[in-house]
Amino acid sequence: MKKFNPVAKVKGFATTQSVRLSEKTMAKTVMANNFLTDIADVFLFIIQIIRETFSRDFEWKEFFRQCFQIGYKSLPLISITGTIMGLVLTIQSRPVLINFGAVTLLPGMVAISLIREMAPVITALICAGKIGSGMGAELGSMRVTEQIDAMEVSSTNPMRFLVVTRVMAAILMVPLLILYADALGILGSWAGASIKGDVSFVLFFSQAFAPVKFMDFFPAFIKSFFFGAVIGLVGCYKGYNAGRGTESVGVAANSAVVLASLLVIVVDMIAVQITDMML
Amino acid sequence: MNAKPVVEIKNLKKSFGNQEVLTDVSLNLYEGENLVVLGKSGSGKSVLIKCIVGLLRADAGSVKVFENDVTALNRKNLGLLRQKIGFLFQSGALYDSMTVKQNLEFPLRRIKKDLSEKERDAKINEVLENVGLADALHKMPSQLSGGMRKRISLARTIVVDPMVMLYDEPTTGLDPVTSDEISSLITEVQKKYKTSSIIITHDIKCAHHTANRMIMLSKGEVYMEGKPKDFENSTDPLIRSFFM
Ligand SMILES: Nc1ncnc2c1ncn2[C@@H]1O[C@H](COP(=O)(O)OP(=O)(O)O)[C@@H](O)[C@H]1O
Ligand SMILES: [Mg+2]
Repeated sequence: MKKFNPVAKVKGFATTQSVRLSEKTMAKTVMANNFLTDIADVFLFIIQIIRETFSRDFEWKEFFRQCFQIGYKSLPLISITGTIMGLVLTIQSRPVLINFGAVTLLPGMVAISLIREMAPVITALICAGKIGSGMGAELGSMRVTEQIDAMEVSSTNPMRFLVVTRVMAAILMVPLLILYADALGILGSWAGASIKGDVSFVLFFSQAFAPVKFMDFFPAFIKSFFFGAVIGLVGCYKGYNAGRGTESVGVAANSAVVLASLLVIVVDMIAVQITDMML
Repeated sequence: MNAKPVVEIKNLKKSFGNQEVLTDVSLNLYEGENLVVLGKSGSGKSVLIKCIVGLLRADAGSVKVFENDVTALNRKNLGLLRQKIGFLFQSGALYDSMTVKQNLEFPLRRIKKDLSEKERDAKINEVLENVGLADALHKMPSQLSGGMRKRISLARTIVVDPMVMLYDEPTTGLDPVTSDEISSLITEVQKKYKTSSIIITHDIKCAHHTANRMIMLSKGEVYMEGKPKDFENSTDPLIRSFFM
């Protein structure tokens, strides 16, 4: 029979605890290291993309395929959300404006808030979900199943073929989707106004566009290119640098959505600050 | 055999973090031969051939292919060198989003740029016939069985007429009949296209069928090198455990 030995017990406990502690600090150092190297990594990634974009052999065919994937395939989703956005905004703000006796301002107000903020940000967030996760998952699984390595050994630059085309397609298509969401949002707003009373289509649109100035539209248009860039870059970066093993695909897709959504909001804030300073 | 080696590896060393995978590997591949590399899984066989094509960078030592030092080449020259090397991935690595035909066209368009569309189609048909899957032309990889995928990726590798072939476990996970077919294909490719090959495997039947020379990898080093006969007659317990 084994005798109970308190000294050995305490000793054993202390050793395991100290080992655990040192493991924890180790993990932390590695993490700090990772954070800095991550930033350097992202920086190199972007530089490489820029260099490959201006190289001679741009992969046009893959670029157009990606534009189709990103732009055309997102149309149904953006149509629905855009329309509902305008509709809901109208129905919600109508009672307030009636209280102020300013219901004629409704179309203009909705149009401006859609164009300046609502359509770009909500569309970008939806794209971060749809496009960002799609890129993360697709490139991630290509990484895990060695398809990216296979491209590399058939002397194709996967950076140029896979990443540059996707990032460029996102930069081009996200702004177009946002313009489309603007249009459908205003249409939805008209629908919302029509539910409550008979509104002439022509009158509604002239009221909607009358107060919209160039400087309402232009900064929003510019920032939408940055939204596209952020979504494309994050999706591709997470997918392209996915780890080994199948679970990395899920991790890549998930973290692409989270980071892209977060960055869309941050970019929006910066853009609003800059616009505000310029006006 | 005093010919110049096609692939020449000297004192290759590769580690990931603090895990040393290859400590000191030297080997030569001579023109026209099939060299089988044996080793249990996790012994760094895949790492070894990935160093040969420059997918992984060696920590120390030299890797020469056709007398070009792979570790010293720039991206462009590495690309040119890779056009002469065929690499069959352990997982097949077929492009999921492309049909079989597009999979085969992908390297052809990029490596044999001067082929006309007709010549390209003819070439694709020829290699698909060779692997016995001419009717899979318009299928997606997801519609193929494991053995078919292996054969298609073999077809994709040989379609550009590589001078050196690197096979990473070509028969692992396949039934014995398909394994034999793949092994025969490998020797056929060697004869027909005059390639030199490194075949990684732990399938002894495949090794027997294809090997001109064998190497056993263990603990990051070359454990034994010799003719297939030497391996069969070896009394070393590690070697024996492979031939049981
Ligand atoms: N890119 C990598 N990053 C980290 N570790 C790796 C990488 N590639 C391989 N390894 C590790 O190297 C060892 C040898 O792997 P591998 O060459 O694939 O073995 P095998 O002989 O079965 O082909 C394994 O322990 C594996 O985890
Ligand atoms: Mg392997």
